[in-house]
Amino acid sequence: MTGGKGGRSGGRRHGGTRALIRDLAERGIVVLIHLSGVSAIIFVFGIFFFIFREGWPFLRDSFDVRGFFLSDEWVPNSKTNPRYGILALVVGTGSVTFIAMLLAVPFGLGTAVFISEFCGRKPKELLKILIEMLAAIPSVVWGFIGLMVINPLIIRWTGAPIGLNALNAGIVVGLMSVPIIVSIAEDALRAVPDTYREAAEALGATRWQVVYKVIVPAAKSGLLAAALLGVGRAVGETMAVLMCTGHSVNVPFSGEFPFFHALESVRTLTATIAAELGESPRIAAGPDGIFPPEARHYQVLFVLGMVLFAITFAINIVADLIVKGVRKR
Amino acid sequence: MNAGGAGALFTATRFTRKKLLTQRIAAGVFALMAILILIPLLLILGHLVSRAWPALSWGLIADLPRDGMRAGGLWPAVVGTLYLVVFSRLISTPIGVLAGIYLNEFARDNWFTRIVNLAVVNLAGVPSIVHALFGVGAFVLFAGLGKSILAASLTLAIMTLPVLIASTKEALASVPQAFREACWNVGASKWQTIWTIVLPNSVSGILTGVILEVCRAAGETAPIMFTGVVFYRSGGGTGLFLYGPLDQCMALSYHLRTISTQVPHVPESLLYGTAVVLVGFVFVFNSAAIALRVYMRSRKKW
Repeated sequence: MTGGKGGRSGGRRHGGTRALIRDLAERGIVVLIHLSGVSAIIFVFGIFFFIFREGWPFLRDSFDVRGFFLSDEWVPNSKTNPRYGILALVVGTGSVTFIAMLLAVPFGLGTAVFISEFCGRKPKELLKILIEMLAAIPSVVWGFIGLMVINPLIIRWTGAPIGLNALNAGIVVGLMSVPIIVSIAEDALRAVPDTYREAAEALGATRWQVVYKVIVPAAKSGLLAAALLGVGRAVGETMAVLMCTGHSVNVPFSGEFPFFHALESVRTLTATIAAELGESPRIAAGPDGIFPPEARHYQVLFVLGMVLFAITFAINIVADLIVKGVRKR
Repeated sequence: MNAGGAGALFTATRFTRKKLLTQRIAAGVFALMAILILIPLLLILGHLVSRAWPALSWGLIADLPRDGMRAGGLWPAVVGTLYLVVFSRLISTPIGVLAGIYLNEFARDNWFTRIVNLAVVNLAGVPSIVHALFGVGAFVLFAGLGKSILAASLTLAIMTLPVLIASTKEALASVPQAFREACWNVGASKWQTIWTIVLPNSVSGILTGVILEVCRAAGETAPIMFTGVVFYRSGGGTGLFLYGPLDQCMALSYHLRTISTQVPHVPESLLYGTAVVLVGFVFVFNSAAIALRVYMRSRKKW
């Protein structure tokens, strides 16, 4: 398809094999474009299908809602009585995400406001580049930083016996989630028409007054979507939390003050899959089609994958609906 | 402002002074937030490099590991990462770019396009470990590729697809509609317009997206650790062709994870050195993407 200058394509009318070949090639490429276009749908369904396919025997044979969702006993390796309760894992994911968002949402939104409203052109470019670098650091390196840098700092400053805990992972995941929050929030702020700013400034409002009376209210759903996508990012983070949480099945709550113990080790859904998939073999069904009990461990990890898939799916749909709602107005 | 005449309009009253003070404080607080977020980045990078300093040498990259990974270099892991990046880019770049073309040039504004867009958004939000499970279920087991570079690359390719689609779409959307109309008016078909006008004018934007996803593919650990990467497999030499597409390989990201959590008594400088090599690899490509974008903006014709 070279040199197809606009004027020459009229030659197609005169027939000829070259024109025919070109016509066919063009049709081929248009078909390819359409196929690639729908590929995202195929992959989303594919992901669900193949995870479901591996996890289905567990759901069919030994799934009960209370024992799965409401029990905090995750003892998959017990020979006599393996138990698969994910409550502690969900709580672990929740506490890491909560700490991360406590850090990332205010700082992320604040940075976005600064970049979009208070900043000159040059510092804006520089800040965006630095935030992009923050986003580029691989998650395993973040995990390494949590392990080697934040871990001893937490021990020194809080006197905790071990620095690999919900707080450590929360700090790391918080730093990791800042870039996505900043970039979505900045898009939302930029989408507020300049006429709003001009109108408010013409009334004598300072930049700050414009921001909190006009810009933030106008962009609030976009900012909410940014925070939500940050949550999605934090829930899905794997390598860093595997290395920083301490990885012990634990519900870091107690009945007395301060209720939530950020200095206790936890374990997340994602880290459980990452740590255990390697050591739980895939065991085929026997000749009668019944899976031996040892096969459950491998299968239940795919069920955890379904839970994660469902959580992030819901978060993304809600965030998307919120953003779309804004655009319609 | 009371009726004090024109001069009074421009004198600072208590009210305006207070207003300007709040404004200054607010600007200061936001600036502080931005700085506080970026200080850890600089501290971390400085710390990594300073601790890794004793180990940093060309040999760290080009030598084979020795002594149970406690000494020597990272060559097989570097090559493994390169293989994964190259294979996964070869798979996902054409699909991602064509899908971006579809969404920007072909798709109409209807319910089907909304679903495609929603699928892209959701694919972007799927956690990397879920991609790993998918890779195991689909490529390692169902397609029968086994744990191999190919299976890992396919998994990485699908994981990086949505960002590629989004950045291509954005690059194409920045080409003015008038360019297309002018091209159609001289009789060009839709594809000819895309090939001769739209793509050349958006190629640097598309390339930026491709390069950024190189970083992502090089840095991810979870999706490859069950689909093709092992702790040790050297292939023997220090050449570039250590692995075949159906072999398992080593990778920098997974290597960092194992030597820092599973292998006892690895010297600290080697741990930090490995982290620096990985971050360096990613930053080289990241800087290339940034440079390309700056260059592109300076050359923009419209």
